[in-house]
Amino acid sequence: MAFLELTGVQKMFGDVAAVLDFNLATEKGEFVSFLGPSGCGKTTTLRMIAGFEKPTAGMITVDGKDITFKSPNQRNVGMVFQSYALFPNMTVAGNIGFGLKVRKRPKAEIDRRVGELLELIHLGGRGDRYPWQLSGGQQQRVALARALAIEPQVLLLDEPLSALDAKIRLVLRKEIRAIQRQLGITTVYVTHDQEEALSLSDRVVVMSEGRIEQIGTPSEIYNFPSTAFVASFVGTLNLVNAGVIDAGAGRLSIEGQEVRTARVPGDASTDGRVTLALRPEGISLGEGATGSNRLRGAVEDINFLGSIVRIRIRIGEGTNGEPPATVALDTFNDPHLKLPDVDEVITISFPPDASFVLGAARDQATAGVEAGAEV
Amino acid sequence: MTGSVVQMNAQGAPTARPGRRRFGRTWLGLAPFAIFSTLFLLIPTAYLVVGSFQDPAGDLTLQNYADLSDPVITNAYATSLEISLVTAVAGGVYGFLMAYAVISAGLPRRLRSGLMTFSGVASNFAGIPLALAFIFTIGRTGLLTTFLDSVGIRPYESGFSLYTKVGLEIVYFYFQLPLMILIIAPAIDGLKQEWREASENMGATSRQYWRYVALPVLMPSLLGAMILLFGNAFGAQATAYQLTGGFINLVPLLIGNQLSGDVLHNVGLGYALAMGMVAILGITLIAYSVLQRRSERWLR
Amino acid sequence: MTADVQAGAPAIPAATPTAAVATAGRPRRAPWRILWWLIFLAGVAYFTLPLVGTLAFSLRAIPPLSAYTDILTDQQFFTSLGYSFVVGLLTIVISISLMVPTAFWVRLRMPRARPAVEYITLLPFVVPPIVLVFALISTYSHPPLPFTHTDIGSTALLVCGYVVLSFPYMYRAVDVGLRSMDIRALTEASQSLGANWFTILTQVILPNLRVALLSGAFLTLAIVIGEFTMANYLARPAFAPYLSLLGSNEPYQQSAVALVSFGLTWVAMGFITILGRGSRSKIAVTGAR
Repeated sequence: MAFLELTGVQKMFGDVAAVLDFNLATEKGEFVSFLGPSGCGKTTTLRMIAGFEKPTAGMITVDGKDITFKSPNQRNVGMVFQSYALFPNMTVAGNIGFGLKVRKRPKAEIDRRVGELLELIHLGGRGDRYPWQLSGGQQQRVALARALAIEPQVLLLDEPLSALDAKIRLVLRKEIRAIQRQLGITTVYVTHDQEEALSLSDRVVVMSEGRIEQIGTPSEIYNFPSTAFVASFVGTLNLVNAGVIDAGAGRLSIEGQEVRTARVPGDASTDGRVTLALRPEGISLGEGATGSNRLRGAVEDINFLGSIVRIRIRIGEGTNGEPPATVALDTFNDPHLKLPDVDEVITISFPPDASFVLGAARDQATAGVEAGAEV
Repeated sequence: MTGSVVQMNAQGAPTARPGRRRFGRTWLGLAPFAIFSTLFLLIPTAYLVVGSFQDPAGDLTLQNYADLSDPVITNAYATSLEISLVTAVAGGVYGFLMAYAVISAGLPRRLRSGLMTFSGVASNFAGIPLALAFIFTIGRTGLLTTFLDSVGIRPYESGFSLYTKVGLEIVYFYFQLPLMILIIAPAIDGLKQEWREASENMGATSRQYWRYVALPVLMPSLLGAMILLFGNAFGAQATAYQLTGGFINLVPLLIGNQLSGDVLHNVGLGYALAMGMVAILGITLIAYSVLQRRSERWLR
Repeated sequence: MTADVQAGAPAIPAATPTAAVATAGRPRRAPWRILWWLIFLAGVAYFTLPLVGTLAFSLRAIPPLSAYTDILTDQQFFTSLGYSFVVGLLTIVISISLMVPTAFWVRLRMPRARPAVEYITLLPFVVPPIVLVFALISTYSHPPLPFTHTDIGSTALLVCGYVVLSFPYMYRAVDVGLRSMDIRALTEASQSLGANWFTILTQVILPNLRVALLSGAFLTLAIVIGEFTMANYLARPAFAPYLSLLGSNEPYQQSAVALVSFGLTWVAMGFITILGRGSRSKIAVTGAR
């Protein structure tokens, strides 16, 4: 039974489509993230749920009631803004209680509820502070409490943590999720940070250029991306051009070396070449188990990233003037492990099901690059 | 020269602070400004202060201040205060409305920059040209007056006159209004769109938003601006001079008359008059600074 | 796999009753907008009327444009405008020479003196032109500093008075300009290359303040040309006193000159706006009142 439902929602700004054919059905109490790069339409969609933008087509319902064209102050959805948007002329208590004051609740009730919420966000006793006296993290918590005070049916968060620094972000992330679980509120969380989306959500909606690319659980999105965009946006990914030897058996050739992939390409290529995707963590140094795919190549460079060491390997010498394929593998840092030297030719291996075909071969210059890295 | 010596601290890292011996030299940098201000601002002001406590013979006295209670003088202060207050409030309110109209109320963007430029000009149009412009428009033989005459409306016969307190207020409005627009525009900009959205999100109507969020947040800026307007009108002389030539009793005009070697024959009293102005304006400035600090905090 | 993949062309859902095109914004504000237009237009009317009145008055001369052509033959127009212009330039030069080093020094070396300096630059608000000229004349009209006894002395006094009047906006303009530069880094770099203070100020700081200084300069010029009170009581042959006295003999010409002076202010302000495009702070502008 869907609680928050968007059907065919579309938003045009003049000729530009900011959001196209957005369909989503969420359960009550579910935590859903909208994930995507800037300009993908995630914030616009959120604002349509809140009522600050009107869809040019489509319908939005909450608990069965159509709210598509209701004005924002009649929707009973709580919104947390990226810049907190706390009212500077009111104390923390005043801010939190504002929604209730506007609904003309008795003062005693407002005070009680404000007190509860202050405890919930661990700011008990600081109700008489003003926003400018608080840190960024504290202000965001107050913004959260303010949105929750009116007991909204849906909670909306618009990149609430992007203005905060890394440590606070981690702490606040957990708190937000904990509070959400405790209250069982249906929540939509907009972010461009995939780590946030993956760690917090029940489901993730990956968006690009106004469209939904994929909806799924974090694990599904990460392990079974359904489009090239999702695969490259979420996590890091090796993309390698490969020639098709036997489509049915999943046999491909990378620079003359044969590999097998468990996933049979459907409509993959027109020229006998496809893009093969490989997660760095799925590749290991050495021969690997029986039945693994093996590739030989020269080490290009080694990046020490702390708990992980990322090794980049050049396969072959390149075909038809294109640069050679490069593949990066991640291995856990082990002080006793002897790492290969640069230019050393080594063998790497990966199980067939750690790879999948993403579609037709792409421009090798981009294919060999670690996708997902911020350019 | 100070500052070019690099010293090391305990860790061997360089610190750029000048040594104590050279500290006195730092003050030298301010010398030109200090000397100029002293010569042409502080000393003359001090001269006024001291002179206000002296009688014609040069002895110390408070008589000058006592003489301020002369009905002509108190009337002048009252009129000045009244005109300043009226134009400050009128200019403040209408200036806010006009500024809001072009900034946030959905009027075309171009109007805003046009209004701002014009306000910059108009707030400087004060003085002789402004007074003349109004004389030419609503003076006894002004354009509008003759036009209204031709349709049978004779304002001057119904008691209206440009050369009265009210007339002066109408004229002052011409530079008060744009000044308000210029001052309040940044404050209106500072009113974040998200506060409006947040309050709507909480369920507030437009009126509730204004009452609980927008006006309270803007109030320090509004009040501060109006106080500035008040001071602006209070110290104005040229416009009134050209318009009334002395018909209206205003403090700046009295002081001007003093300079022309006129009425009072008592320089000390003139000084006391000026000190009265300075006192009032000083209070105005302090009030403005306090409010400015508050609004800066909220509207950053 | 349970991925709900959205692929292909957008499919506009059929038969959504509420698919009417909605405006991006709040439609219910439309009636209110008329009110705002009225407010704006009423203000515009109030602003334009006196200007129109002046123009119309000036055209009452016979023949109509003679008021304007008379200006061209009026020697005094040019001498008084020239005088005010020169006084304005002197004011600008002295003001910049004072303000730039001071603001620079305060920012670089004496942040604690900042409140005091700012306070002094705000004093002209408390000591308006009428009081200032009163004070200056009282102080400097007798030995040992009888400025007012000579023309040169009086003019010098006027210039110094105008410099004082320019304090608030000149300082603010320079300060804002300095804020956008890292003067500490620039100064240290210059010093390490062997420059002395004078060189630093004139060749490093000043060029980077060009926009701010030009704005301040135009503002000061506009104010000086329009200033009446101080020029009048110091008996200086400036533009505003000329304009004031013109009416007794030549009312039409007076209105023409008034309009011309308004036009001049507009030109100066236009320059300031063009220069100041992009800068966030707006400095309050007042002058002759």
